[in-house]
Amino acid sequence: MSDSRKTLVQIDRVTRTFMRGSEKIEVLAGLDLEVKEAEFLALMGPSGSGKSTLLNLIGGLDRPSSGSVQIGADRVDQLSDTQLAHWRARHIGFVFQFYNLLPALTAERNVELPLLLTHLSKADRRKHVASALDAVGLSHRVKAFPRTLSGGEQQRVGIARAIVTDPTVLLCDEPTGDLDRKSGDEILTLLQSLNKDHGKTIIMVTHDPHASARATRTVHLDKGQLSDKPVD
Amino acid sequence: MSTFRQIIAVALFNLRSIPERLGSALTAAIGIAGVVGVLVGVLAIAEGFRASLVNSASPEVAIVLREGAENEMASGLARDVTRMIADAPGIARNASGALASAELFVIINLPKRSTNTDANVPLRGIQQTAYDVRGNIKIEQGRPFEPGKNEVIVGAGAVRSFAGLDLGSEVKMGQVTWKVVGVFSAAGGVAESEIWADADVLAPAYNRSDGFQSVAVRLESKDKFQEFEDALTADPRLTVKTQLQADFYAEQSKMMTTFITTIGFFIASLMAVGALFGALNTMYSAVAGRTREISTLRALGFGRGPVVVSILVESVVLSLAGGAIGALAAYLLFDGYRASTMNFSSFSQVTFAFSVTPMLLLMAIMFATLIGLVGGILPAIRAARLPIASGLRES
Amino acid sequence: MKFLHLVWAGLKRKKLRTVLTFLSVMVAFMLFAFLGSIKAAFTGGVELAGQDRLMLRHKISFIMTLPQSYYARIKGMEGVKAVCHNTWFGGVYQDKPENMIFTCPVVPEDLFEMFPEFIIKPEEKQAFQNTRIGAIVGRKSAARFGWKIGDRIPLKSAIWGQPSGMEQWEFEIVGIYDGAKKATDTTGFYFRYDYFEEARQRDKGMVGWYSIKISDPDRAAEIAAKIDDEFANSPYETKTEAEAAFVQGFANQIGDIGAITMAVVGAVFFTILIVAGNTMGQSVRERTEELGVLKAIGFTNSRVLILVLLESCLLAILGGFAGLGLAWLIVETMEPPQMLPTVYMPKPTLVAGALFALALGVVAGIIPAWQAMRLQIAEALRRGG
Repeated sequence: MSDSRKTLVQIDRVTRTFMRGSEKIEVLAGLDLEVKEAEFLALMGPSGSGKSTLLNLIGGLDRPSSGSVQIGADRVDQLSDTQLAHWRARHIGFVFQFYNLLPALTAERNVELPLLLTHLSKADRRKHVASALDAVGLSHRVKAFPRTLSGGEQQRVGIARAIVTDPTVLLCDEPTGDLDRKSGDEILTLLQSLNKDHGKTIIMVTHDPHASARATRTVHLDKGQLSDKPVD
Repeated sequence: MSTFRQIIAVALFNLRSIPERLGSALTAAIGIAGVVGVLVGVLAIAEGFRASLVNSASPEVAIVLREGAENEMASGLARDVTRMIADAPGIARNASGALASAELFVIINLPKRSTNTDANVPLRGIQQTAYDVRGNIKIEQGRPFEPGKNEVIVGAGAVRSFAGLDLGSEVKMGQVTWKVVGVFSAAGGVAESEIWADADVLAPAYNRSDGFQSVAVRLESKDKFQEFEDALTADPRLTVKTQLQADFYAEQSKMMTTFITTIGFFIASLMAVGALFGALNTMYSAVAGRTREISTLRALGFGRGPVVVSILVESVVLSLAGGAIGALAAYLLFDGYRASTMNFSSFSQVTFAFSVTPMLLLMAIMFATLIGLVGGILPAIRAARLPIASGLRES
Repeated sequence: MKFLHLVWAGLKRKKLRTVLTFLSVMVAFMLFAFLGSIKAAFTGGVELAGQDRLMLRHKISFIMTLPQSYYARIKGMEGVKAVCHNTWFGGVYQDKPENMIFTCPVVPEDLFEMFPEFIIKPEEKQAFQNTRIGAIVGRKSAARFGWKIGDRIPLKSAIWGQPSGMEQWEFEIVGIYDGAKKATDTTGFYFRYDYFEEARQRDKGMVGWYSIKISDPDRAAEIAAKIDDEFANSPYETKTEAEAAFVQGFANQIGDIGAITMAVVGAVFFTILIVAGNTMGQSVRERTEELGVLKAIGFTNSRVLILVLLESCLLAILGGFAGLGLAWLIVETMEPPQMLPTVYMPKPTLVAGALFALALGVVAGIIPAWQAMRLQIAEALRRGG
């Protein structure tokens, strides 16, 4: 299928090796991956296959041992720590399996966090937060603390936080992993709508086939190698 | 399992897990060590000051001043009055006569070694009977002064604290030069802060040829004091005040001792409150960090009581450890440390040594234990009231 | 600062722990402030000592008396502006030793010229000059005994015995003086020298010590030496020194208060540092994931360092200022112990306290902040899932 969309994420011959004691463990062994704009990509694979590691590399949370990671016009593998931090703030939104909200902050304060790194005024920040929370359907709970929210609601706050700066890519690491079926489906519906209706590029790591069914494309990771076919 | 054995089991379990929480445990212990150390240090000052004044007092020595005189400097006794006092019953006698010494008390300014500024050093004019009256005077270096000469002997404490009093040095007072011919000790008492000279030679140098200021007598036995005092009171020619040496010293030191003790307790109380907050912090953290363990124990059947007691045991053990460290440190650092300060009654210096007594150490340990108990009780109760089910779920 | 609420949220995470640490810090700084006040009470006289005043006493000892006749000779010397003699009277009220007051016979005009820091109404000054048995009392002593102007007060002297013809020394309070500064001593009781000289039964014509006002403070040592030369080799040799030096010497006699204070404060601060440091350390260790998230969102390493440091400093400053403030309040409103005439909170103590609070925050927080800065994001997030 010919695709006139831009390539957003370009990963070439990427390897990632970890040292455990004196042992060398090659988690990613020469990976190539291309993700286009407005794709909803699902990354599947058994436990330990390196899915989260790959996601971390894309998100600039980690650097490859060799190879290149390019997001848009930026060679992420070549940026310094400080540059990466600034880059992430502008380009990436993260959604975590365990939500990772700051328990001492309200929902709206949690969502506001990425905006603190911009030069927006207080009023502008408030506007963005309100619209992000509205987009995830939580306008009525803006002042609630995480401990009073259900799992599904907390994850929605997490998603609101991830989209509030209008990032280039949304990276989700097992976003439904801690939720029951019903809440999980609601989250997936939300992600789908962000992708279809708002054109957001989403890369999601998951082990759940129901989740990957919602994506536009699925790739499989096994023993550090990518393929289009699932692993038996 | 009986309650007692439950307590032991849980307590041991708690204590064994301390190495995992070493940071907090050390913090609590150090906090308490600090409090105990300071408390002991400050009280050692008060104790040492009091001891130097009171402990060296003999129950067989009495001091006579003019009636209404607050201290020796304010007193004045004419020569014939001192003779009348020496004739009173109850005074011990030896071959040369009554053991009574008419004395003069003045002040001389000398630089304090530690600060190099002038201090008021007590200078006492004595009669030759003074040594036997007191009974605990020993010449450590040199020799006693010869009566009639411009010679002085100095107390061991005075030599240590003030400059210019070493054996052989010369002390200038106005036109007259005095030679230091001996150093004496007085069982660690007040006399060691003083310089002694012949009263008859000293008097004119201080324009006091009109008499003395006090009479120190040695009683035949300590039961003779009342007889002695009554005789003096009954004598119409005399208006004097008689005291046992111990009472005299106690009165003199009251202001300073009270002040130091008050300040000491004030500081210690404040520090104790601070340490208490620290202990509470530690124990609450300890409980919070072990919610799952405690809930597991309860699920297994350990009762509420043993849980509470075991946490108290842990708190007390930590506090005792800290208290012991603090007490030991205070003892090593402070006991015997020499200092001198002003006796506000006579505005003259008193030398003394910090004194860390067993009583003081005991008090310190009890203090630490108390902090441990109070600091542990609330967290212990909280631990016991944890709902088991939710506690098991916590990570 | 838009990040302030983030810092505050860090403290609110475990409210009890924050409160307890706050209280520990508060207590430590209260102690610091109290000790500063006590130290000032003993040594503060040095700063207040008149720059242009000298103290002259008998060379052998402060307790020996000097001739009143020296007055004229000193006054006539070059560089001397005014002279005032004082004598230790040792006044005791109601025959109770704890009621001893600093009592001193003086020549009224000399007193007022020498000590301009005593503030008194002109009509009361005049009354003092007109009333033979008149006395002026400092505000503090007047308050202590409940004396008012017009009261007839009898005193006994610990040293001078009975006045001739009377049981006790009788005075009439004609004035109450205040101090120009907070720390000025207002516990004194001054009465007239002529009444004293006439009524005392011994040592007539002798006084205790002289206060001397000089024209040029820079020449203090020179003028003092000249005065001592004047009386050298006489039956009453003198020692003259700047008033500040005399006060310092007196304070030194009480003991090395400075050193003891330092030692106690040092021990307290060291202890509190450990407590606060441990609290911060624990707090950061518990928040590894949260810090990882912040970094994932895009907070730089240095920003995270600063956040942790700010948290530590905020707690330290709040606790420190609370402690200093509370101590200040107590010192201002409570009765001082008998041995210290003036107890107040000196400004340097407050300033030093504020700086120490900040330093405490930085030192207690630096290691946890450093650890937070060096946290690897992937490591931190791995723990959650």
